[in-house]
Amino acid sequence: MRRIISLLMENEPGALSRVVGLFSQRGYNIETLNVAPTEDPTLSRLTLTTVGDDRVIEQITKQLNKMIDVVKLSDLTEGAHIERELMLIKVRATGAQREELKRSADIFRGQIVDVTSTLYTIMLTGNQQKLDAFIQAVGDAVILEVVRSGVSGISRGDRVLSP
Amino acid sequence: MDKLSGGEMVVQALKDEGVEYVFGYPGGAVLHIYDALFTLGEGLTHVLVRHEQAATHAADGYARSTGKPGVVLVTSGPGATNAVTGIATAYMDSIPMVVISGQVPRDKIGEDAFQETDMVGISRPIVKHSFMVRRAEEIPMTIRKAFHIATTGRPGPVVVDIPKDVTSPAEKFDYSYPERVRLRSYNPVTRGHSGQIRKAVQLLLSASRPIIYSGGGVILGNAWEQLRRFARMLDYPVTNTLMGLGAYPGTDRQFVGMLGMHGTYEANMAMHHADVIIAVGARFDDRVTNTPSKFCPDAKIIHIDVDPTSISKTVRADIPITGPVDAVLNEMISQIEDMRRSGAGEPDKASIQAWWGRIDAWRDAHGIYTSPRYDTSSHHIKPQDVIRQLWEVTRGEAYVTSDVGQHQMFAAQYYLFDEPRRWINSGGLGTMGFGLPAAMGVKLAHPDADVACVTGEGSIQMCIQELSTCSHYGLPVKIVNLNNGYLGMVKQWQDMQYAGRHSHSAYADSLPDFVKLAEAYGHVGIRVERKEDLREALENAFAMKDRLVFLDIVVDPHEHVYPMHIAPNGSMRDMWLSKTEKS
Repeated sequence: MRRIISLLMENEPGALSRVVGLFSQRGYNIETLNVAPTEDPTLSRLTLTTVGDDRVIEQITKQLNKMIDVVKLSDLTEGAHIERELMLIKVRATGAQREELKRSADIFRGQIVDVTSTLYTIMLTGNQQKLDAFIQAVGDAVILEVVRSGVSGISRGDRVLSP
Repeated sequence: MDKLSGGEMVVQALKDEGVEYVFGYPGGAVLHIYDALFTLGEGLTHVLVRHEQAATHAADGYARSTGKPGVVLVTSGPGATNAVTGIATAYMDSIPMVVISGQVPRDKIGEDAFQETDMVGISRPIVKHSFMVRRAEEIPMTIRKAFHIATTGRPGPVVVDIPKDVTSPAEKFDYSYPERVRLRSYNPVTRGHSGQIRKAVQLLLSASRPIIYSGGGVILGNAWEQLRRFARMLDYPVTNTLMGLGAYPGTDRQFVGMLGMHGTYEANMAMHHADVIIAVGARFDDRVTNTPSKFCPDAKIIHIDVDPTSISKTVRADIPITGPVDAVLNEMISQIEDMRRSGAGEPDKASIQAWWGRIDAWRDAHGIYTSPRYDTSSHHIKPQDVIRQLWEVTRGEAYVTSDVGQHQMFAAQYYLFDEPRRWINSGGLGTMGFGLPAAMGVKLAHPDADVACVTGEGSIQMCIQELSTCSHYGLPVKIVNLNNGYLGMVKQWQDMQYAGRHSHSAYADSLPDFVKLAEAYGHVGIRVERKEDLREALENAFAMKDRLVFLDIVVDPHEHVYPMHIAPNGSMRDMWLSKTEKS
């Protein structure tokens, strides 16, 4: 099953490599990963998506919790949550396709953030399925480059991940 | 407040931490620290090994035999990488250790400077934690944290990497050693969950075929007294893992021997047929469980461990209890005592008696302690017999270190440890070359005790250079070399699974003359080839209190270690009992 694990860790050199190293060392998957400092400069927030059965997920969360650099951890998929991913996608936009791509971007509530006479760069946010659907809708033939941020997430309601 | 340089702070911090011994090897990046050892090191004994791997193993042997952290000091680059095997050895067996490695100066890091290696990166998967010191002012607190992390919770090695310029004598700083350390993300549990403990006690008391499966965690957690009380108040059988030997007395009636791949028949049978297993500081390692899906089909499992990641990692626990084993066992004992005051808290005597009846029948049938299961009429010296006689000559009181292979298993099976911290071996990583340097650390910690290194002619050559360190510091350990002219355990597997094709496991013709080798280092060497000379040689060796004696004992080259789990796809009860006999 797919899980979104979100954690606060010390904003120290080496902390990220410990987390990432754990996954390769123990044969776990990382599907997406993103990390940035929080409002507290001593802490980084890291969000990753992974896939595994309950036993593997239990081990992953225990192993992450055990790391000295990991301050707090939550499996967002255990409760109601919001997940978002940002995508920047550069597409070939010429002739009749130019209008069609603009329409597709509108339908997906994307924004065209850069334009040349032959291409668009479109920015989209949403969950992973929405971004996948957009890629499918415009088709491989026009896509020049895709950049995705990986999933970020936060739990709904008053649940807060704090140190 | 004193003014000290970075290098001096390292030495002073070690002294303030109460460190007695530092095992190390100097080199460019740690010269400032070594100079501080020279000027400031009084009260702190540095032991100059002959290879950095030996420094880590010696510190490890010191730690295992005392419960105190081992301390290592090595230089950057090859000094650090040579220490890696010993760090991994300590990590796998959860041994408290602090390794200080030099690093190239800060402005050279990343430039592929001379003797530069990314030690924090290389050691990352094999340390409990690591630090790179970036400013001299951080040294006292970093070292304080390193010792705190290494010795609390589930212990383990911690690396502190220090760039050379940080230790420079040119600049002095205010120094005070912090009394307290606080890490917001590190708070090891101090007690188990009472509700879980209550459930566990109920399950235990309702068992009709119980067994206590106790591991290295009982020794690391100083919980052997609690384990003994607990086992005796219930009269349940106890098995120890390879790492747990000595936690429960090896000669006690309730002890059914080691379990696992080379465990006793009765221990493995009792595990397989148990209805309740209480695992105490053990981790259901693959060398214990055989095939996890076939592991103990009837058993409900209670698992106590200070490290939650050990619980339900390979075998699912029915009642997990995260907590220090001493505290959890104490609470179990007092719950049972409370119940007994009101007339409850007793297991069903009849079923426990019936269970002991089955265990005793297993002992009689194939137990290695009820009668010898090897050929005692052979003209060869049998390795099992060497260990039995070693046990007799040392009255079962020696500290025994071992290397890895057949000799290690024979020692684990036949040297019955009645006390903890006496059996010093690399159980998790299985590091050949561990035994001799580990024995040095043990001997330094226990100068009046008999210290034997049970080894083989393969393993001993992996850290043979330490014979020099032993003469340097006058460490009269006794080396018991079970010399069969083969990499014995490799040969055993080749005999059993590769139709006897001894691919690169035989080297009898190229072995050194170990007697001359020992003598070359200033020690005593004794070669034993005949069965009738064995006892006297052992007695003579241990009578020489102030000499290192290298006993080169020629043993049966074709002996195998039994029992042995049948793998793959076997269960706990599936064992070879001899070359021809299966359980």
